[in-house]
Amino acid sequence: MKYLRLLFIACLILSPLSALAADDGYGYPIQGSNEATILGTPATLIPKFPAAISTRQLVLDVIPDRQKPPIFFYDEGLRCTFAYQDKKAPLIFLIAGAGGSDRAPKLLTMMKAFYQAGYHVITLPSPSHSNFIISASQSRVPGDLTEDAADLYRAMEAAWKRVAGDIDVSSFDLCGYSLGATQAAFVAKLDEDRQLFNFRKVLMINPSVSLYGSVTRIEELLKQIPGGAKKQGVFFNKMLSKFSQFYRYGNFVSINDEFLYAIYTEGLYSHDETAGLIGLTFRINLAGMIFSSDVMTNRGYVVPKNRILRPTDSIFDYFLVSSHLSFFDYFNEYLYPYFQERRPGLTKQDFIESLSLRSIEGYLKSSAKFGVMTNENDFILTQSELNYLRQVFGERAKIYPRGGHLGNLEYQENIAYMVNFFK
Amino acid sequence: MTVSRYTVCLILMLTISLTGCAAIRDSTRAEVPPRHSINEFRDQRFAEVADPWEGFNRSMYRFNYYFDKYLLLPVVNSYEFVAPVFVQERISGFYNNLGEVRNLTNSLFQLKGMESVTTLGRFVTNSTLGLGGLFDPATSFGLERHNQDFGKTLGYWGADSGPYLVLPVFGPSSLRDTGGLVVDSGIRYGILAAIDPFGSTGNSLAINSGINTMEVVDARHQQSFRYYESGYPFEYYMVRFFNHQKREIESGKPLPEKSDKAAILSPP
Repeated sequence: MKYLRLLFIACLILSPLSALAADDGYGYPIQGSNEATILGTPATLIPKFPAAISTRQLVLDVIPDRQKPPIFFYDEGLRCTFAYQDKKAPLIFLIAGAGGSDRAPKLLTMMKAFYQAGYHVITLPSPSHSNFIISASQSRVPGDLTEDAADLYRAMEAAWKRVAGDIDVSSFDLCGYSLGATQAAFVAKLDEDRQLFNFRKVLMINPSVSLYGSVTRIEELLKQIPGGAKKQGVFFNKMLSKFSQFYRYGNFVSINDEFLYAIYTEGLYSHDETAGLIGLTFRINLAGMIFSSDVMTNRGYVVPKNRILRPTDSIFDYFLVSSHLSFFDYFNEYLYPYFQERRPGLTKQDFIESLSLRSIEGYLKSSAKFGVMTNENDFILTQSELNYLRQVFGERAKIYPRGGHLGNLEYQENIAYMVNFFK
Repeated sequence: MTVSRYTVCLILMLTISLTGCAAIRDSTRAEVPPRHSINEFRDQRFAEVADPWEGFNRSMYRFNYYFDKYLLLPVVNSYEFVAPVFVQERISGFYNNLGEVRNLTNSLFQLKGMESVTTLGRFVTNSTLGLGGLFDPATSFGLERHNQDFGKTLGYWGADSGPYLVLPVFGPSSLRDTGGLVVDSGIRYGILAAIDPFGSTGNSLAINSGINTMEVVDARHQQSFRYYESGYPFEYYMVRFFNHQKREIESGKPLPEKSDKAAILSPP
């Protein structure tokens, strides 16, 4: 099995080398956008970090007296992970991507990298993560960039208040990936008014330019599967049976990294199937957000209105229902109506446009603190959106030739760029 | 160990009786059907596992969360704080090496010749050169570890996993695997009673309890999973699904003869 892994790594490292001569000298090995997104960075190409890092988890009471239904009994407050230096240092806030918790693997890698570079770090869950919806979202309805940024800002304030007495801070920085990157821009804008942190620099990693546009492209990945997204259960079961048959043929020791790599080196899943799996993962994530929001607001979307769910109640059917809903269902039937009630006259088009970096373009252009790091083949961006980022951020837009959506985030060169940006 | 098991049973009964009380609904407002319900979707159900005792299992899942939170994890954390990483690794090595006995008996039960030889080789190498398992030279000699247990043996010989079952402290399991756990423990205590390694010390009971307690701490130390840590509201189902599938796939029921490897790979 060791040989298989070596073979795999050799393939990864060697195959692009031939292309490198004509290419750009960028060493991230996985060419395909979907494959990079799923596989991420091979362990050997992730930088080594110190084993001992001083961290503790903060559990914050961001919204006092928040009523939590019994099914969420385990949620005791907003969870953030805090890594601290014992000397004066800058403090960087890191915001997770869609559905990510404060301990999402990519977020923890970033935390270690910044810690190693001498920063205090506080990681925040995404406003689309259940913990955030339950404990830190004022509206309990995630998806509006301005309100989510206000919630994030309140959470950062609470986190900072909690640790301010324990550490010595020289300045503040901000960084986020995916949805968290787009939100970081809005948080920075809010900070210009509030003036609490005066962020020195802000880096957006694989941001979405237009949320609606990006999600449209993720939803399109599911269209590739036979019967479309409404048959995702059939697709899931078929992919699972391929997975288990492949294991039984392969003389594998257990389901581990080698096995997962082998799936891709041997091409178990086609390009379309890989796309479908990315789309399905997104849906399963989205289901958690829809369900949590619905339970918290009691709007009767997937759970009967007024039903009080107990910790031991079965909620599996809610999982099946929520995961069959698309982002468009959520947008048209839940998110937009909610904000329409509160902002009379808000048209759907206006709302979609407000969920975009373009809506704060003037600010982004006027401030030198921003930077962008993304990839040529990130499927959440169109070519024109990529050009838009180049045009708005100029030299401060670093665009790598490949890496898909976040696939190369942990790659050594990207980590180095990320850390150096804040120097 | 016996004492701690009684304590567990006691806490268990307490939890069950408490959940009974809590189950009385206090909703006073009438329920209104939701906008979307399961009936509107014409699709296969997915990621589902037979779980007729879900209410009990979810209580147990919650019990384990509290057990971890108030007892086991504080102990594990102090252990990690006190013991240097080097010592922690040696202790894990020691228990992992003891586990090879279970791996060996079960690969023998499954008549897996090569695997039994490999496992025996690992056990002998690590017990001698590896100083009683403290070090793991066998892996660097290319002898790979094969985790086996009686639940997998049953699965290998065609026994169905049966309903999903969340055990107190041990966590996610199934009816079959719970039976397997009992058999593996029986074999282990049988061997221990037969050789009685600490019999001459006169403190056999105390030493064995110490070793067993440390084993629980080490096992939790090696396991990074934390109940409800993901914050994902359907975590129980994800854990149930992955645990069940992993066991099903790894217990490796033979494939139907007709199927062909090429057929499962996609056309390039």
